[in-house]
Amino acid sequence: MSIRERLSGNEASSFAMKQINPDVVAAFPITPSTEIPQYFSTFVANGTVDTEFVAVESEHSAMSACIGAEAAGARAMTATSANGLSYMWEMIYIASSLRLPIVMSLVNRAVSGPLNIHNDHSDAMGVRDAGWIMLFSENNQEAYDNLLMAHRIAEHKDVLLPLMVCQDGFITSHSIENIMLEEDSEVKKFVGKYEPKHYLLNKKEPISVGPLDLQSYLFEHKAGQAEAMKKAKNVILDVAKDFEQWTGRHYGLFEEYRLDDAEIAIVCMNSTAGTTKFVVDKLRSQGIKAGLLKVRVYRPFPAEEIAKALEHVKAVAVLDKSDSLNAVGGALFTDVTSGMYVNNVNVPTINYVYGIGGRDVPTTQIESVYSDLAEIVKTGNIGNPYRYLGLRTKEGK
Amino acid sequence: MAYNLKEVVANKPSRFSEGHRMCAGCGAPVVARHILRALKEEDHAVIACATGCMEVSTFTYPYTSWTDSFIHTAFECAASTLSGAEAAYKSLKKQGKLPEDEHTKFIAFGGDGGTYDIGLQALSGAMERGHDLTYVCYDNGAYMNTGIQRSSATPKFADTTTSPAGKVIPGKMQSRKDLTQILVEHHIPYAAQSIAFADFRDLYEKAEKAIYTEGPTFLNVFAPCPRGWGYDTPELMNINKLAVQTCYWPLYEVVDGKYKITYKPAKKLPVEEFLKPQKRFRHMFKPGNEWMIEEFQKEVDRRWQELLDLEEMTNK
Repeated sequence: MSIRERLSGNEASSFAMKQINPDVVAAFPITPSTEIPQYFSTFVANGTVDTEFVAVESEHSAMSACIGAEAAGARAMTATSANGLSYMWEMIYIASSLRLPIVMSLVNRAVSGPLNIHNDHSDAMGVRDAGWIMLFSENNQEAYDNLLMAHRIAEHKDVLLPLMVCQDGFITSHSIENIMLEEDSEVKKFVGKYEPKHYLLNKKEPISVGPLDLQSYLFEHKAGQAEAMKKAKNVILDVAKDFEQWTGRHYGLFEEYRLDDAEIAIVCMNSTAGTTKFVVDKLRSQGIKAGLLKVRVYRPFPAEEIAKALEHVKAVAVLDKSDSLNAVGGALFTDVTSGMYVNNVNVPTINYVYGIGGRDVPTTQIESVYSDLAEIVKTGNIGNPYRYLGLRTKEGK
Repeated sequence: MAYNLKEVVANKPSRFSEGHRMCAGCGAPVVARHILRALKEEDHAVIACATGCMEVSTFTYPYTSWTDSFIHTAFECAASTLSGAEAAYKSLKKQGKLPEDEHTKFIAFGGDGGTYDIGLQALSGAMERGHDLTYVCYDNGAYMNTGIQRSSATPKFADTTTSPAGKVIPGKMQSRKDLTQILVEHHIPYAAQSIAFADFRDLYEKAEKAIYTEGPTFLNVFAPCPRGWGYDTPELMNINKLAVQTCYWPLYEVVDGKYKITYKPAKKLPVEEFLKPQKRFRHMFKPGNEWMIEEFQKEVDRRWQELLDLEEMTNK
């Protein structure tokens, strides 16, 4: 039986971690993810988990310790945000190259500089090519559910890749919402035991991990990571199927909200999807055929599936909560449009960089995107495809 | 501790195999092999290594010199990587997920670059957190793997590729950091200085104490580098002996805060004996540069006296 509760996103994430009961957690506090290791330390202090909590002196050491622990044969978890993830960056790549299924809760926040503690996706976008599976969560429920599914995906023999569960800093991490929790024993059964094939602590089979890997081998090892990432897509769907059977909650690679007959559509991730759903409903009541595609699985990127889902739409806007500063557009925009191109889908598509540094995203802004799309459908004129949403201009708009 | 070192060396199987690619005349592999000899034969070990000469020369895919489990991640985080492995061991052991009768020891190796400099934070963190592990620094006094750049362990006036002895600046202008003292200030149960070749008994005994003392322990082992120091390989043993006989590299240990100098030369030799056979100090012997040797000697004398004082003070 599911249990109805009211929790913040951080509470929900640490609650999931408690139920998963990992062998090792190594973390360093950083706003807005601080509460996760904080709540988790209480579980450790009260003996409600078996975990060794390593209170490291930095995020670099947090990821290094997770790597050491996971390679040793333990289930290791961590949580971080923004500059914490930046400081881990070197180790993020090493974790995935060593094929260690570490699970991280990433509470998205703007990466400095200048310093800002509020939400955008620049932290996650900085590691999008690092070989981690990346799941995004609209609300506390999805952050919780994604974490419950995380180990089953990451530890699958066809995958063996680290995984991060993203949610929006403050917007969902600190907002208390209703949530359905699952029972401890059921979670334990679903997550299962971690039984690594090779691990440092196995005296019967000592192993060496992390070699100097030169021209004759590195290419093949990298191709192996790429192959695992491709295979992860089906594993994610299989695990979601099991999860739905258990909880009744459905998850795919992305969520289509009133998209099947939509003429204009927004593509976005995390909490903005909630705001967009509200606007879609409002526009629908006015007879405007608006829809939403919310990306859940960002890595592996479901390019073909997204292209297909958008095929029938007349105009698309991709919202990026991070600017790539490449004079072309945000990362999600480039991913979506290149996915459409290689799958022969030709729909007028524009990009909005929005919400940077926690800039509020009211429904009126989302509505303005849909009206821009309606204008494009009407005139057939895309204009500038690389736009801002909610940016103050000199004119004081 | 009654034992015969010759028998140990001859009969105990080596846990660090031949065929690695370290230079002839390098101290580091000797340090690694000899320290691992101090492990009980029945014990398993997890060894972490910082990026550096030792790592790249002993574990080039698909070959490894390590017969125990080994992990390398990056340059600055041997200590934190090993912290994680040790935490995993504690956790799995507590949960009954590992055989009760098996014991695993945790040993990290890093050069002075990976220890004194880029890895200092991770090392300090691991020591303060109290993990049951031994960190071994093999100190050859510069970043040798990248081509002899100065480190904070490089002695004053040494000629390195980033502190070259030029017409205006005569080599490195700063004194060497005293890492062993920094580690002692972490109030760990065991910290010691030893050396690669001068006294194998000293290194073996200190390694055994470090590995089998519960909690975080630290060994700083002076290890010569033929390329970086510029000596004839046969001079190796001699240079090591001179390092301790001049008191440039004192051998001592600190057990629960108590200092014990494990070798006091009957006759303390002038430091120029140690400097002379090494090309990195060659410019100090040019006419007009006598002040450099004088200054170097003063620094050695001051530090040696400090150590004698500490020994006296902590054993009152």
